[in-house]
Amino acid sequence: MVEPVQNPAEVARRRPAQGHWSRAWHRLLGKKVALASLVVIIGIYTSGIFAPLIAPYDYSTQDLTQTRRGPSLEHPFGTDRLGRDLLSRVIYGLRTTVIVSVASVVSGALFMGVALGLVSGYFGKRVDSLIMRTGEVSAAFPEILLLILLAATMRPRILDFVRGIEDSFGFRGLVQTGIVDYFVIALAVAAFSWFGMARLVRGQVLSLRSAEFVDAARALGAPTSRILFSHLLPNISGLIIVVITLGLGGAAGSEFILSFLGIGVQPPVPSLGAMVAEGFGIGNLSLLRQYPHLILFPIGVIFLLLFAFNLLGDALADVFNPKTR
Amino acid sequence: MTAYVVRRLLWLPVLLVIVIFITFVLGTYGPGDPVEVRLGTKANPEAVARLRTQMGLDRPFVVQFADYVGGVVRGDFGDSYRYQGRTVLELILPRMWVSAQLNLAALLLVVAIGIPLGMAAARFQGRWLDPAIVTGIVFISSLPVLITGPLFLLVFVVLLKLVPSAGWGGLFDTRIIIPAVAIAVPGLALIVRVMRTSTLEVLSQDYVRTAYAKGLTPGIISRRHVARNAFLPVLTMLGFSVAGLIGGTIIGETIFGIPGIGRLAFESIFNRDYPVIMGITIIGAATFVLANLLIDVAYTFLDPRIRY
Repeated sequence: MVEPVQNPAEVARRRPAQGHWSRAWHRLLGKKVALASLVVIIGIYTSGIFAPLIAPYDYSTQDLTQTRRGPSLEHPFGTDRLGRDLLSRVIYGLRTTVIVSVASVVSGALFMGVALGLVSGYFGKRVDSLIMRTGEVSAAFPEILLLILLAATMRPRILDFVRGIEDSFGFRGLVQTGIVDYFVIALAVAAFSWFGMARLVRGQVLSLRSAEFVDAARALGAPTSRILFSHLLPNISGLIIVVITLGLGGAAGSEFILSFLGIGVQPPVPSLGAMVAEGFGIGNLSLLRQYPHLILFPIGVIFLLLFAFNLLGDALADVFNPKTR
Repeated sequence: MTAYVVRRLLWLPVLLVIVIFITFVLGTYGPGDPVEVRLGTKANPEAVARLRTQMGLDRPFVVQFADYVGGVVRGDFGDSYRYQGRTVLELILPRMWVSAQLNLAALLLVVAIGIPLGMAAARFQGRWLDPAIVTGIVFISSLPVLITGPLFLLVFVVLLKLVPSAGWGGLFDTRIIIPAVAIAVPGLALIVRVMRTSTLEVLSQDYVRTAYAKGLTPGIISRRHVARNAFLPVLTMLGFSVAGLIGGTIIGETIFGIPGIGRLAFESIFNRDYPVIMGITIIGAATFVLANLLIDVAYTFLDPRIRY
């Protein structure tokens, strides 16, 4: 005798688990390029986060007898103009990249962008126009100009402010370790990046707002917060993940540019952009001719990171696209 | 459509005034007290008071802002902090001409290479070369000017010695080639990608099948039916390209030693020459906003199906 089915929940539980996320994950695992990019990103992020454990030397230890040496066994990436180990500086520079890009993307795109996009699309009317007009203003500036304006003007003021706090409370280190710099750049990048995400989320919410499952939830008396976070958000989470992935690459690129221009993290805290500016010796080609390794290694590493993020973003867009499923 | 254009034109000055407001607040009060920024903290109080009156900082904020907006409308962005006795406009204008030439060269490269390349890439869809092309596009889009610039300089100028040295000689000088290509590369990826996607979409349309059915040659179909329709989404993207080019020029000019507006921006950051940074920001934003407006209006003329 076949055992009769008692309740539907039991049946659902017996079915092999193939939820939305696990299906997406398996599709991603099937893509070799995506896996390789994921490995590269994890590798770069780990070395950045655990820089003090991984770097063979300290980033500021000078050896003036060994300046601007090419790659060797002792110094795989060579040394810079003060004889500091370039590999260690690149690894510590990656820490800057990781901190700034994660902080700005999480605060700007993930929190502000998603929340404002949901609110804007769901409530519409005045709230919507207020949020969208504000975004349009920030989008009216070409990205780099707004970043320069924010970083160049806010930095001195915030530094002074933090120094004042340090003086009155008698502790040091916030300014020196570059924490304040991280904060300023992350803020500047976040101020620009929330709108792209908000606009996308808003568009998705607009098309889902009148879907039957939302009407059903509303008819059952679900509160607005539940509709927003339990019904709408899961439907656009794929898109959000794609945008976040591409955004992390974009923010890394922005940090690279800002520190190259000298308004990012200040020396002696290393950053890849500042290393390129230094190794490049602007207006002086002889430096480039004699010591190309000074720029090739930082540039190579940042390229690897950007390329991996773009490939992964592309693969994720494919995985989450309902048309290609 | 007229209503749409009028609405956009009315919103434009509002948007620009807000842009000027943000720039003014950040540029004047962002770094701290403007008088202190110029004289340092240990200046004598008399000099401080004199400069404060001279700069008009003792007036109410609203008056200062209105004065600045009035100046901007007349093309007066104030005086440079760094170069005594020179106005911001005097510094910006000649350099803007240089940057415009460089941007034009880069934009032409993006359009002239990107569009045929995007169409060609669409033709390979589903064949063995397709993944390679798609990966190629992602590869190019991971090359910001800060990577292509130093790399091209190293390879083409220092190692291969194809061009004498970095520098500037105008639109018809060989030295423009490498910076223009370096700036164009990141923008190229975007255009190729969009052109590929929209060509694929157009190729599956009924009117293309009809064109084949009535016996038109593939060359005529591609030119008359596919290219024209597929170009429209690219037009929107060109607006973003303009923004990218403005950003790319700042880096490109700094790296290649081109005396344009980007290099001026770079120097002004170092000199803390805030009026110049403000002027460049406002002009850059205005250019970007106007370019987008022109593109949107052009769109309605080029595609009769679009009605706002």
